Amino acid sequence: MSAMPRGQAVRTRPGRVTHYRRLYDDGASGRAHEPAWLHALREEGMDAFEEQGFPLPRDEEWRFTPIGPIAEGLFTTPSEASVDVWEPLARQQALPGATQVVVANGVIRTTGKSTAGLTVARLRELPADLAPMVSEALGKLTARGSALASLNTALMADALVIVVDRGVQVDAPVHVLYIGAADRTPAVHSTRALVLAQPMSSVTVIETYIGQEGAAYWTNGVTEVGVGDGAAVEHYRLQQEPRTAYHLGQTAVRMGRDSRYTSHVVQTGASLGRHDLSAALLGPGAECTLNGLCVANDRQLIDNHTTIDHAVPHCESHETYKSILADRARGVFNGKVFVREDAQKTNAKQSNQTLLLSEAAQIDTKPQLEIFADDVRCTHGATVGQLDAESLFYLRSRGIKQEDARAVLVHAFATDILDRMGIAEIRSRIDADLLVSLPTPSAPFTG
Amino acid sequence: MLDIRELHAGVGGNEILRGISLSVRAGEVHAIMGPNGSGKSTLARVIAGHHDYEVTSGEVLFEGQDLLELEPEERAWAGIFMAFQYPIEIPGVNNTYFLKAALNAQRKARGENELDAMEFMSLIRSRIKELDMDPALLNRPVNEGFSGGEKKRNEILQMAVLSPKLAILDETDSGLDIDALRVVASGVNALRSPERATIVVTHYQRLLDYIVPDFVHVLADGRILRSGDKTLALELEDKGYGWIDEEAPTPAGARR
Ligand SMILES: Nc1ncnc2c1ncn2[C@@H]1O[C@H](COP(=O)(O)OP(=O)(O)O)[C@@H](O)[C@H]1O
Ligand SMILES: [Mg+2]
Repeated sequence: MSAMPRGQAVRTRPGRVTHYRRLYDDGASGRAHEPAWLHALREEGMDAFEEQGFPLPRDEEWRFTPIGPIAEGLFTTPSEASVDVWEPLARQQALPGATQVVVANGVIRTTGKSTAGLTVARLRELPADLAPMVSEALGKLTARGSALASLNTALMADALVIVVDRGVQVDAPVHVLYIGAADRTPAVHSTRALVLAQPMSSVTVIETYIGQEGAAYWTNGVTEVGVGDGAAVEHYRLQQEPRTAYHLGQTAVRMGRDSRYTSHVVQTGASLGRHDLSAALLGPGAECTLNGLCVANDRQLIDNHTTIDHAVPHCESHETYKSILADRARGVFNGKVFVREDAQKTNAKQSNQTLLLSEAAQIDTKPQLEIFADDVRCTHGATVGQLDAESLFYLRSRGIKQEDARAVLVHAFATDILDRMGIAEIRSRIDADLLVSLPTPSAPFTG
Repeated sequence: MLDIRELHAGVGGNEILRGISLSVRAGEVHAIMGPNGSGKSTLARVIAGHHDYEVTSGEVLFEGQDLLELEPEERAWAGIFMAFQYPIEIPGVNNTYFLKAALNAQRKARGENELDAMEFMSLIRSRIKELDMDPALLNRPVNEGFSGGEKKRNEILQMAVLSPKLAILDETDSGLDIDALRVVASGVNALRSPERATIVVTHYQRLLDYIVPDFVHVLADGRILRSGDKTLALELEDKGYGWIDEEAPTPAGARR
């Protein structure tokens, strides 16, 4: 059985790496009261980052996504975001019926109300009864060997812990709003969340990344999700950072027997936005659905890396990622599907589709299926195309203005991804974002 | 209503229309017939404003306005509608939504009130019934997975909803069974009025039993070789197009 590929080369960037060691050491007093297990985890993270350094373009996994500006920048520890900045944004982003959690500059500001069977807590104020479970999971679900996840573990100010008790169906979605506020110097926001859905429970978690207009920062975010036997997690991850920000995010999911994990990843923000999602299907009957939508224009670079690891028999994965790229935007998609020797009767489908709205826009797309079992159904497909001229003419010949006709076709391209989002409010917000990709913005059609 | 004068048009330097002149007055129905490849669809698409075609000389006036200056949507707003010979499938766009967007875009452009959802639905329900269409087609993506006949009916539905001043039907009858043909014809005849006109492009005389034309034109090799009344269509049916080729005077320099 082949191991997961990992960037392991030792890096020689002492200056940059030392900078983060210094940030870590400077924060020691704030961590003085942390439990021993957490201290050990952080130490391990800092050492691992120091050893590996930032990924380099010669890393296969980072070939199309140069992060020079991040690796070379000396991002600082963020200062406290002013209430005057984050509160209006939080109000504006509020989702009706959802429990709102606000994390500003990496610090948890509000956690909303916990309800019966649902705990939303700060790692710093963790209820004692949850400590064993959390210490067992935190930092263990994520792909070890990721330098950036290691750095996050070392530098995170706190971590958001969401636990759903066994058998509890949480109706109200938990909406985690990460807000980046401007700082004197660009800071690194090490946002961290841990979601544990106990067996037979269900919950919807929405993570939204936004920021103050014009704020320059780097989000280095990590979310770990444990889906217990028979549990179901629906996970939205909406990356809508300002164009002045960088975003490198990771989601690591471990799935138990007969569990369901459905993800909606949307990236429209940041000048450079990347998300790495890895899902390990560890119990028979697990079903993983990954939907993705990227909309980029100007000189944005949006990268999605996904890894689906079928480790046991009788599991399913369905992956559909779509990109809409305008101007000089660049997209990267890498979709790995591993089907291990034991994972017979696996059903894995992957599709990646890209709509290029300009000559200069481009996508690097790479499906990567590694199949070691023989009795499986695995399919993948990638398409890259432009708006269809005949379709445009058809719409226009019926009286629909050119820019509206373009908007209709862009929506049409994204519609199946949007339709899978159960929360109407999110759907319509993303819908409005699609128009950003169009050269002549105009009012969206209302059906 | 429509005045085409000495129209020359082509693609990439290849001339397809080689001097077409045609006048259509309000209230008239004109049939254009001719062999495959003669330029019938090109003529229809040039009138609708397709960008593939370059007009090298001649003019096209619609109610006195220079049509060639207008974008496709502006031509639609002016009241021109072309039923496509091969209707386009548009996955992801709901058929009802499309119809409503089109109708309201036209109404808005003309300074008329846009219809709300209720008004629109009652309009479309009555049209659907008149055309004997399966209402389920309304909730599907535009033309996606429609049979050939369903696509043609959908074109006629669009025409019925948009009620254009000038409708151009490009072989809407091709491939239709007799029932569908009657539906298409009744859709066209329902729109017949002294203010409107229709150009029916067809390969077969059959449709003209149901939509009786005032004039019939025979197009071959990018030119109108013959014009007459409805009896010309019957003659064509009898004798085929070869008869036209033989009898028509060949203009000097024309390639055959
Ligand atoms: N978009 C186009 N590009 C190149 N050639 C075309 C195009 N449209 C039509 N033609 C050519 O013009 C001629 C007339 O075609 P068309 O107008 O479709 O004829 P008809 O509708 O009478 O069968 C044909 O030779 C066809 O190949
Ligand atoms: Mg034709």
